[in-house]
Amino acid sequence: MTNVSNVSIRNLRIDLGANTVIEALDLDVNAGEFVVLLGPSGCGKSTLLHSIAGLIDVSDGSIEIGGQDMTWADPKDRRISLVFQSYALYPTMNVERNLSFALRINGTPKAEIERRVTRASEMLQLGPLLKRKPAQLSGGQRQRVAIGRAIVREADVFLFDEPLSNLDAKLRTELRRELKQLHQRLGATMIYVTHDQVEAMTLATRMAVMRGGVIQQIGTPAEVYARPENLFVATFLGSPAMNMLQGRLERREEGMRFRTEHLDLDVSRYPFKTLPDTTLPCVLGVRPEDVRVGADLAQRGNVSLVEPMGNHQVIWLDYHGAQIASIDQDKSPIALGDACAFSLDSAHISLFDEASGARL
Amino acid sequence: MNTVPSVGKPATRPAKRPAPKRRSHFTPARFGVYAFLITAALFFLLPLYVMLVTSVKPMTEIRMGNLLALPMHFTFAPWHDAWASACTGLDCNGIQVGFWNSVRIVVPSTILSIAIGAVNGYALSFWRPRGAGVLFAILLMGAFIPVQVMVYPLVRVLASVHLFSSLPGIVVIHTIFGMPIMTLLFRNYYASIPLELFKAARIDGGGFWRIFLQLMLPMSTPIIVVAVIMQVTGIWNDFILGLVFAGTKNLPMTVQLNNIINTTTGERLYNVNMAATILTSMVPLAIYFISGRWFVRGIASGAVKG
Repeated sequence: MTNVSNVSIRNLRIDLGANTVIEALDLDVNAGEFVVLLGPSGCGKSTLLHSIAGLIDVSDGSIEIGGQDMTWADPKDRRISLVFQSYALYPTMNVERNLSFALRINGTPKAEIERRVTRASEMLQLGPLLKRKPAQLSGGQRQRVAIGRAIVREADVFLFDEPLSNLDAKLRTELRRELKQLHQRLGATMIYVTHDQVEAMTLATRMAVMRGGVIQQIGTPAEVYARPENLFVATFLGSPAMNMLQGRLERREEGMRFRTEHLDLDVSRYPFKTLPDTTLPCVLGVRPEDVRVGADLAQRGNVSLVEPMGNHQVIWLDYHGAQIASIDQDKSPIALGDACAFSLDSAHISLFDEASGARL
Repeated sequence: MNTVPSVGKPATRPAKRPAPKRRSHFTPARFGVYAFLITAALFFLLPLYVMLVTSVKPMTEIRMGNLLALPMHFTFAPWHDAWASACTGLDCNGIQVGFWNSVRIVVPSTILSIAIGAVNGYALSFWRPRGAGVLFAILLMGAFIPVQVMVYPLVRVLASVHLFSSLPGIVVIHTIFGMPIMTLLFRNYYASIPLELFKAARIDGGGFWRIFLQLMLPMSTPIIVVAVIMQVTGIWNDFILGLVFAGTKNLPMTVQLNNIINTTTGERLYNVNMAATILTSMVPLAIYFISGRWFVRGIASGAVKG
């Protein structure tokens, strides 16, 4: 049966040709966790995943799986499985032989192979497809087979490399749900790479946001969403993106205030990591759902765009040249060009140092 | 999908313009194309026609000099002579000896050169050993050096390992000379197979030979067909290597044919010569006719769709 293993990466460095893709990266994945590596393309997240799988040699550092040093182990000895974006099914074998390939190679007894293939095909509803070739399957079915191939091996750690990116929107949400149920059912450790923030938010028990080979922030999706560690994480997550206002922090007698030319906001209750003691240029970030619109509120802006989304609408306000998005659940009747009052929920703002981009 | 709702019945539409007629097939451009194609076909078919006609005429008719005329007395005797009793030097057993020699050379040479080329291409595409690029460049360079340059050194090498003038010797020679092009062929074919397939097989525990035999080889049918066609026709048509390396007992059909035609005693038997020539070219011809479709498909096959 599947053991549940942790993965521990220390001081990892990966060079591809002359490029250093990852430098001194540490990552701990606890047993049974679903960790999502999220980042824009080219941030090194797939490289990291492939190095855990043993498909890319590391230049320095170590990879431990289940307490064993696997840095130089062969892929097949790492007790991992990897699901690819392009499915990578063996085209000349039918579904059943695709599922059992690994077991046939390591000489598993026939009865055991059959038991495991049956179990996986029941889990993923592949029963009627077992005799088909990959070319006769739809995209969703192919990816199910690829996931089945991972289940059959009863790996300790499941690795996913953007497994849903080739599917259409409807199938993607469907398979996303199935993957989450699969994780709950198997309880296995899973590491999942994606550039889709919705997948990251919905699937992860913890997510790591990466850029340029560096993990920017790691935490539960709620944490990362609510308290982004820096400007990059803040703008990368959320749709529409977090609203940003440039201004400065000023220390007054009554407390800290965030000021721009038009705005003077009390931020004295903001949980500063270190309280700046002088005036400091900074960026205020606020999620669109924390921008309220209503008749008697303090700030004024002109409506420049309304995006109806069915269950809510996004109102874009022109605020002295800056575009501010507001998610309006009440679907207030608002027309283009209207002057509109709004307020920022100062309990849910984020403040960033303008120079370093780091959270204050 | 057409989402515009249709209003009104088709019958009440305003008077339709007459639909344009189907275009005629015989435009002047078409005529020109066909004229060119037919002329080209005739140009290449004429020698074949002369050969066929001459091979079924008795010598008396040939001496009359009507090269293009159909035979008045149809006879298969020249074909029989060519196959079974024409003289190649001192032996008069016909060209059949050469035919079987060629088969004995072609079959193992083709299998060996394709097997080695496939493994080379597979290793170069997927395993990428250190210095693979340099090795491949050197191998390809071999394809551009004229055979004649290498004949004498190879004779010395084969003689020193006692393979000169023997069947294994000529098979080794054909395998060596087939390697650059076979490697190139398979390397390019495997380069079009997604690398992820290979990686998946690695994770599933496949080693070098298992991935090759169970995964890559079954996917290689189109390119193997191309390789077989290229090697069979190439080796069958070879003259100089067979003449130099095969030894007198194993002379291939092409060399035997040359001996029949260049026999200088007595009258030149044009009909027998023609029949022998057609017999010799029968194998490559048959291969092209049977597998032409496969050949095009294999050459054109790019990415393999999973």
